[in-house]
Amino acid sequence: MSRSQIFSKIRETTSSLQSKGAYPEYDTSIMHSAAKLAEPDLWQCFSDNFKAVSGRPMESVAQLIEFLDGNNQRYGYCDPALYEAVGSKLAAAGLTVETEYHRDRYDDYRFGITRATGAIAESGSLIIDDFLTSSRLAALSPWVHVGVLKREEVLRTIPDAIAAFGEAPNIIWCTGPSKTADVEGILIEGVHGPGEQIAMLL
Amino acid sequence: MPQQIDTYARNISDEKQHSVIDGSSAGTDKRYKALHHDYGDPNPLRKLAGAIKDHTLHHLDEYLEKSEKALTDRGVHVHYASTDEDARQAILSILREHGVTQLTKSKSMAAEEIHLNPFLIENGIDCLESDLGEFIIQLDGDEPSHIVKPIIHKNRRGIAETFLREGIAADYNDDPETITRRARVHLRGKYMTAEAGITGANFVCSDTGRLVLVTNEGNSRFGMAPNKLHIALVGIEKIIPKERDLSVFLNLLGRSATGQQLTVYTEFINGPKSANQADGPEHMHVVFIDNGRTDVLASNCREILRCIRCSACQNVCPVYRQASGHAYRSTYGGPIGAVLSPILFGSRFPELADLPKASSLCGACNEVCPVDIPISDLLLRLRDKAKREEIPSEGAIPMSPFATLATSPSLWRTAMTMSKAMNHLPIQVAPIKPLQDWLGQRTLPESHGGDFRKWLKERRR
Repeated sequence: MSRSQIFSKIRETTSSLQSKGAYPEYDTSIMHSAAKLAEPDLWQCFSDNFKAVSGRPMESVAQLIEFLDGNNQRYGYCDPALYEAVGSKLAAAGLTVETEYHRDRYDDYRFGITRATGAIAESGSLIIDDFLTSSRLAALSPWVHVGVLKREEVLRTIPDAIAAFGEAPNIIWCTGPSKTADVEGILIEGVHGPGEQIAMLL
Repeated sequence: MPQQIDTYARNISDEKQHSVIDGSSAGTDKRYKALHHDYGDPNPLRKLAGAIKDHTLHHLDEYLEKSEKALTDRGVHVHYASTDEDARQAILSILREHGVTQLTKSKSMAAEEIHLNPFLIENGIDCLESDLGEFIIQLDGDEPSHIVKPIIHKNRRGIAETFLREGIAADYNDDPETITRRARVHLRGKYMTAEAGITGANFVCSDTGRLVLVTNEGNSRFGMAPNKLHIALVGIEKIIPKERDLSVFLNLLGRSATGQQLTVYTEFINGPKSANQADGPEHMHVVFIDNGRTDVLASNCREILRCIRCSACQNVCPVYRQASGHAYRSTYGGPIGAVLSPILFGSRFPELADLPKASSLCGACNEVCPVDIPISDLLLRLRDKAKREEIPSEGAIPMSPFATLATSPSLWRTAMTMSKAMNHLPIQVAPIKPLQDWLGQRTLPESHGGDFRKWLKERRR
């Protein structure tokens, strides 16, 4: 009922328009931010822009252990597919690592380690999609989220990342930690999601 | 009686006005830095974005149909709602079908338009706003006064008092970080027990059906991760032709709204969760809502449907800064609201006809608009509509005597010469109410009526 009503009202207008706007052809490169793309090495470029939005790029598990240990974040979740490469090393360093996310303990996990699908150098964003990520909640509820990716998975620009969407029904770009400025415009990090967003090279 | 918006601006408390002025001017500065630093001259990009939106609106039937098909093909249930009541009923029946009694909702202007929260609560569904600002608005029974910063009119002291009163906090603490942490603790428990998540959408790509949601807090992501049902309420004007066009819109939206290249979380959804994923909705419903949009499309102000709700026009507008969003008495305040509200809520046109008049037509809103909407032209078209529909302009000085004078050279000449007499007459006490109101706010300079004509005439000789 509503459907036919809405379509007939739209068509009443669109059919009576004397001239209709054509789709403007354009090259998406006009949207690139040259200032943010000056660094030619993609990982380095991503790292610089990620830091600018309060993200923490890391290049080794040792660096991650030092950070978690130093901030007393000693209990967390690790994607089972990453256990051998990352989780087991954390466990060896004395941290407690689980490979199953238990919903009733959502508030106990201090860190969550999941696979990132890639990253965007230009904007300093981590890309997480439904196919590669083991648990959406493990990337959200802990104070620290670690997105793990390979060097060759860093894409250069936002248009590149859009072109690479693929078939996943859910994709999210995380450009730094969760934040708000709702109270008097003062920036506070860690509202609902992570207060620390880490991108770590595998 | 003066115009309602004037009365509101005059009666606003200093505290509230300072909050609004500080918040909106900071927004304008951040926008300017972000856009000009990255793009030098962003004007060609704004024009491109406007042209893409115009093209879409002129072919909206085709793109809406394509979006519907793309979503349906991917297992999404698509509904249509002509009116606010249709939308409320559609959402309620989906919720009832799934036995939902508790849900969280992320910020959506469309949901504000149809007053979804109070309706669901009346119908026994516990509906909690999860955006920090909207959460506070809900606790206070208040209305948002800004598109992006709903509590721009509040300060930390008021919020701390609200938290104490509502039992969110055990003691008074107005430190913004403490306020945020307390909301974090309160809300995450609610996400985990909620049975559905309701969102809006910033864009819909008609080629793949992907809905785009942007937030900084991560509330919409969290609201949809633990439960099985996602309902998105989407205005039919949110459609763009292709995913590729997101390069243009996402780059302009974040920078125009908050001075960020991208908001923290940009989520793209075109179906229920994938089979291998542990968390996320198994059922996804999209409700496309008209609620006056086809009337706006049919009007001579259809350009306003390009709007991507960035709030740059609110931040920059001198009238908005003085009067605040509540003075616009509708979901949308500021320049966007002054154009959109009187036509979107068409039955309220006579009541809202003062809004397009509350502008000096300075054009700052046009200059900052990421989709190049000629807002001041549209304000003029709506003033014309009010005139043609003979809607009385309460409190305004009648302009017809001026029109008579200005169209007759001899009458004009006489009036100019006579106006000198005004310097000696106590016109402040003339028993003409609108004139008194007008003079009550300004001091007239001494009249030198006719001097210029005389000077020019002698010069020509």
